[in-house]
Parts: sequence; structure tokens; C-alpha cells
Amino acid sequence: MSEHRQSFWTHYVFSTDHKMIGRQFLFTSMVFLLLGGALAMAIRWQLGWPWQEMPFGLGQALFPENAGQMTPEFYTMLPTMHATIMIFFVIIPVLTGAFGNFLIPLMIGADDMAFPRLNMYSYWFMWPAMFCILAGFWAEGGAAAAGWTSYPPLSTIPEAAPGSGAGQTYWLLAVTFVGLSSLLGSINYVTTIVTMRAKGLGFLRMPLTVWALFITAILQVFALPILTAAGLLQIMDRTLSTGFFNPVGIEVNGVVIATGGGQPLMWQHLFWFYSHPAVYVMVLPAMGMVSDILSTFSRKPIFGYKPMVYSIAAISGLGFIVWGHHMFMSGMNPALGMAFMTSTMFIAMPSAVKVFNWLATLWRGNLHFTSPMLYAMGFVSMFIIGGLSGIFMAATPVDVFIHDTYIIVAHFHYVVFGGTLIGVFGAIYYWYPKMFGRMMSEKLGRIHFALTFIFTNCVFYPMHVLGHAGMPRRYADPYHFESFKDLLGMNQFISISAFLLGAAQLIFIWNFFSHLRGPKDDDPNPWKANTLEWTAPSPPPHGNFLEPPVVHRGAYEFSVPGMDEDYLLQTAPPTDEDG
Amino acid sequence: MRLFWTILFGTVPLLGVWFYWWAWKEGYWLPDDVSTHGHEIDRLFNIIMWITGVVFVATEAALGWFIWKYSRGEKALYTHGNHKVEIIWTVVPAIILAYIVWAQYGTWANIKYQRNFPDVPVLAEVTAQQFDWRFRYAGADGVYNTPDDVHSVYELHVPVNEPVVVDLLSRDVLHSFFLPQLRVKQDAVPGLRIPIWFEATKIGAYDLACAELCGWGHYKMAGKLIVESRADFDAWLSATAAEQERSR
Repeated sequence: MSEHRQSFWTHYVFSTDHKMIGRQFLFTSMVFLLLGGALAMAIRWQLGWPWQEMPFGLGQALFPENAGQMTPEFYTMLPTMHATIMIFFVIIPVLTGAFGNFLIPLMIGADDMAFPRLNMYSYWFMWPAMFCILAGFWAEGGAAAAGWTSYPPLSTIPEAAPGSGAGQTYWLLAVTFVGLSSLLGSINYVTTIVTMRAKGLGFLRMPLTVWALFITAILQVFALPILTAAGLLQIMDRTLSTGFFNPVGIEVNGVVIATGGGQPLMWQHLFWFYSHPAVYVMVLPAMGMVSDILSTFSRKPIFGYKPMVYSIAAISGLGFIVWGHHMFMSGMNPALGMAFMTSTMFIAMPSAVKVFNWLATLWRGNLHFTSPMLYAMGFVSMFIIGGLSGIFMAATPVDVFIHDTYIIVAHFHYVVFGGTLIGVFGAIYYWYPKMFGRMMSEKLGRIHFALTFIFTNCVFYPMHVLGHAGMPRRYADPYHFESFKDLLGMNQFISISAFLLGAAQLIFIWNFFSHLRGPKDDDPNPWKANTLEWTAPSPPPHGNFLEPPVVHRGAYEFSVPGMDEDYLLQTAPPTDEDG
Repeated sequence: MRLFWTILFGTVPLLGVWFYWWAWKEGYWLPDDVSTHGHEIDRLFNIIMWITGVVFVATEAALGWFIWKYSRGEKALYTHGNHKVEIIWTVVPAIILAYIVWAQYGTWANIKYQRNFPDVPVLAEVTAQQFDWRFRYAGADGVYNTPDDVHSVYELHVPVNEPVVVDLLSRDVLHSFFLPQLRVKQDAVPGLRIPIWFEATKIGAYDLACAELCGWGHYKMAGKLIVESRADFDAWLSATAAEQERSR
């Protein structure tokens, strides 16, 4: 009996199996996705119906002292915490934590990660992070409200904002712990991919998913220490009265602040030196997974495999020298702005190469509209929009007008929601049978996709126009200004679409959880795909493969002429076509 | 289902273009520009709009077309790519992007480089603080921090059709000086004095907004830019100075 309990703990909780750790990350990020989504709904309520009581008794429950009316202090917290939760507790953990963990050993034919115990710690460092980010909501003054960018002095001086009390310290600790978790994971991914590939799996035979996760991990390893260091400096500014970021002689609400001698812009440089590469951490793995899904369901080799690999590398390389484009209006030397504009513009080049190669993969393919395929095509459709709108804000003179307006909000949501999250849905549908040994409902998947696709566009496309009209971000009540008064109707349309978008996700939740139980599907390769994970049983046992796989070819041999089947596993014995 | 998915993806370029056209027609667009450099920014905005618009329609239409054309169950073409087209779709975007970059340099330098600033005395100091805007004019002696400085809250008065330089300061946290109708934006940073220049071309009152999160009252950190004739501006300045003198 006691032995059984022990195996429960080591199997489900303190597991060192990469597949279980991947599932732990997946479930954790799904819980936070709900929380982050709820915060987004609150934002949309306020922007559609400012200062009106929230329906269903929510207003009374949340703001009993304020007659059910949202306070501006609470509103300012909303975008801050929505962004922080979505970035650090949903997107990064689900991409690198869940899929990175689950897929890397399976797709390279390894029995586990190089450092299974380090892998376990990587997940368990998420728990102090989760504790801290949630504790912020109960801190005096509320959770952090200085933006997810946490710009000093707003974030460093407790008098400057209600959330800049204990909530901000909790926020910094949370981000630091997430960083530690990612760092441990990344070291593991790089080591595993370099040292544990199956026999015959050269680097240029790896699926693009693995390439993307590999380069992402390298990005994390190089960029994260900067954020961790900067976060510690800010914690010291807040708790030890150091003056790294606070300038001399500031006066908040009539109180003269004693610390000083620092530079607010230094934080922005350090923060974006990490957080711009992090933007690519948030999209590259999805790009990799989408490439594999598109190829599989076009029954056609990925078009331009090497250019796809080079463009991932180019995006991440350039990603390190574009951070200043977040600071065009910050007071940074405008000559630097010109340099950063040039580097930023050219990052559109590898992105364009990727889009063209995806489209060319579909060209003359044999398209199968399965749920994963629909999401992958949805990713391409919406990433195009998010990529193109980036050119506007990269152009420094145009950015003078659109900086910190709703175009920016439209842009990054098209990339991170329309792109990454849609790609993640596709990946969940695609690899669910491998993770849990059963298929999700294809019918519900298609309905969920159609609704999500329609409402995502209804929510984020009009935001471009709000930005054209000049509506700034993070305003609790834009209609306070003459210039933005007539935007209320469009905001209400966006809000209604957002509520419907949120409601449509219930279909996904039902689809996901209702298929966790039930009879197992014995087919290890239901999609007729080529990569190594499909040769392992579903779900794979501890150690993954019944015998170590040997690889004979690349990952994309679909519709090879002269063969009966339209797919050819990487492990299939050599044929004449292999040459 | 082929038709349904084709329509779903194929309407993206149609609705996308229609919605921008509708927004433009209904006036949900860049507000009318009342500055000398605003039309330069708008011109660059329009160039990018046209280039990205063409790419948007072409790529989304191709996606829709492929969804319709290649879903009839015919065997896929076995190809791993084509070196020539990779070169083309790397080099062509590179040239277009290089053009876009090149097109920005002059305007950016003109707006932000201090060596290109008009050679006029600083008209006013703008101090941002939670959650309002304070303005200070040098007064008769032309020197700041003297007793004859003229102070104003909420309203920044400037003469029409004259290049204006103001110095931007912050007393507490970051703010951003945003004049949507004049296409002016610059963050105010505590510890830094950042000059801005612009030239208003039309008499009127325009919104001054804060565009950098500065705390709970960020959304209501409003001011007004009052653009008036030189005569009206001088009259306002001396009347305000006289009023200040009386209340001293």
C-alpha cells in the first residue's frame, strides 16, 4: 500500500519523466490561461462600459466598497497582470515547458532529457513563482500595476502607485523564479539536443519543431541572466534603498524621494535586452510546430527546409540587436533609434521567408482539413497580419504617432494570440493522441477553430483602427478625451467579440478534458506522420521507445513518387529513393 | 467543408480591406494633421500602408486559393523547395525593406535630431507630474527661474505658424507628451531635460494626452494645446503675467 502511494507521488508529482513534466507544465499553464483570460474580460468590460457595474453580481463581489464600480487603481493593475500572467505563466511555459519537454526527447529518439532531475526542478521552480504572482493580489495596495514592463520610477517608489507596494516585490520575485525555471529547462534542452539525438539523426534531419525549440533554448540561456540581474537590482532599489534606476530629486505626491543617482532608462535597456528576445521565445516554437503540422497535412515535404532553419537562426540572432525599438520615444539618443529601426526592419526578412515557405508548402499539396491543420493555417493567416503591422511601428517617424496606442496592442496580440496561442491549440490537437493515447473530437475541434478564428479577428483587427485614431494603451477611460470620445461604439463591438471569444474556449476545455478518460486508441501514428515520436507507443512508456530508433532520412518525406503510402517514417529502412 | 474553409480564410483579405476603407471613410482614422511635420509622418504611414496592404492581400488570397485548389485529394507534388525562389523572396523583401528604412531617415532626423531644431529660444518648460501638466514661460527677461516666469496649468499656449521649442521635464515618474493632432510624442523622464519642437498650422484647441503609463490616473492626465495667432498669444501671455503680478 505504501509502495503504491509512493509511486503515485513519484509518478504524478515529483516526476523526472519528461512526458509527465511536460503535462504538468501544460495543465499549469491552462489554469493560468483561464486566469489571464478573466483579467482580459475585465479590461474589455471597462473599455466597453466604463465605470458601470459588472454583470452577474461580479461588480458587487469585487468592489463592495465602491458600489460595484471598478476603481481606476484596479484597472491599472489589469493590463499589468494580464500581460505578466499570459507571458510568463502561459505562453513561455506552454511552449518551452510543455511542448519543449514533451517533444524534444520523443522527436530526437531519446529515452528522456539529459538531466531528468534538473528537469523536475525546472517545473518545481514554477511553484514559488505561482505563489508570488498570486500573493500579489492579496498584498496591501493590490497586485503590481506598473505595466508588465515594470518601468521605474513608477515601479520602484511605493508612493507612486498602489500596486508598487508589496505587490511589485512579489511581481519581481515571481518573474525571477520563472526565469530560473526557464533557465534550467533551457540548459537541459540544449544539452539533450546536442548529445542525445538518435543514431542517424544529423542536425539537418531534425524536425523544425526541434530546431525552433533548440534555438529558443539558446536565446533563453543568453538573455535570461540579464532579466534576472535587472530584477534583482530593482528589488534592491525597492527594499535596500539603492539607486540604480531612481534619479535624484523626484517628488511624488509632494513627498520628496530620498534615493537617487540612477537612470530610469537603464532599466528599459536591461529589460528589453531580455524581453525582446523573449518575444521570439514566444513565437519561434509555435512556428516550428506549425511547420511540422502544415507539412503533415499537406502530405508534402516542407518547402525550403534549410531556409526555414536559417530564418529561425536569423530571427533569433537579429532578435538580440533590436531591443531599442521599444524605446524610440523614451528619450534615448535618436541616432540610436535610427540604428535600431534598421535592424528591426530587417527582421521582417526572415519572417517573410517563413511565410512564403509555409504558403509554398501548401501549394500543390494534398490538404487535409483536420483540426491541427486548421489551426496551423490560422496561425499563418494571423501571423501575416501581426508581422506586417510590425513594419509600421519599426518606422521611427510613424512610431511617433502610433507608439503606445492600440495599434501596438493589435500587433502583439496578432502575433501572440492569433499566432502563438492558435499554434498551441493546433499542437495540442496534433500531439494529444501521443500525450494521452486518445483522440480529441475532430468535430468539436473544427467548431472551436471556426469560432476562435472569427472572434479573434473581430477582437484584434479593429484595434488597429483604434490606434490609427490615436487611442492610447492602458487607459481606464479613453472617452475622457475629446479626441477619443467617438471610439466607444467600436470598443463595445470589440468587447462583445472578446466575451464570445472567451465563451468559445469552453468548447476546447470540454473537448480536452472529456477525452482524458475512456478506451485508448491503439494506433501510434493516427496522422500518418513521419517523425520519431509517432513510432513510440501512445502514450509512450517510461523510456519512450521499445528499442532505440535509427534514423534514415529527414522528417518530411511525404508523397514520395513510386510509393504506395504517402508518408515515410524517419525510421523506415532505406529504400531506392533515399539514394 | 472545402467551401466553408475557403470562405473563412478567403474573406480575411476582403473584410480586412473593407474595414480599413470603412474606418477611413467614417473618420476613424489619423486625426486631421495641424502641424508641419505631421504630413511627413502621414505620408510615410501611407507608403507603408500601401506596401503592407498589397502583401497582405496577396498572401492571404494565396492562402485562400490554395485551400480551395489543393484540397481535392490529388496526390501532392514531391518537392523540397527551389533555390531560385528562395533567393527571390529573400532579396525582394530585403530591397523593399531597405527602401522603407531609407525613406524614414530624413523625417526622423528632422523631428528628433537636436542639430535640426529651429533656432528659436525655448518657448516654455513642460513639467509632467501625476496627473497633470504644468507649463512655465520665461517671461519678459527671457530667463527661466526668475520671478517674472509665467505659469500655466492645463493649457499650453503657442503661436500659430511659428516653430516652437519646449523643454520636457518630469517631477515624478515617466510620462509621455502626446499631441495626436500634431503627431508629437516624447516621453518625459525624471532627471532628463528633453527638448521637443513642432509647428502648429491651424488655430484651435487640441488634446494633450499622456502616453506612458504613470499610475492610476494615467487616463485622465489631460491638457490642452491652445494654438492662437501671435497677437492673441502675446496678449494671453501678458494678461497672465499681469494677473500673476496682482496676486503676488
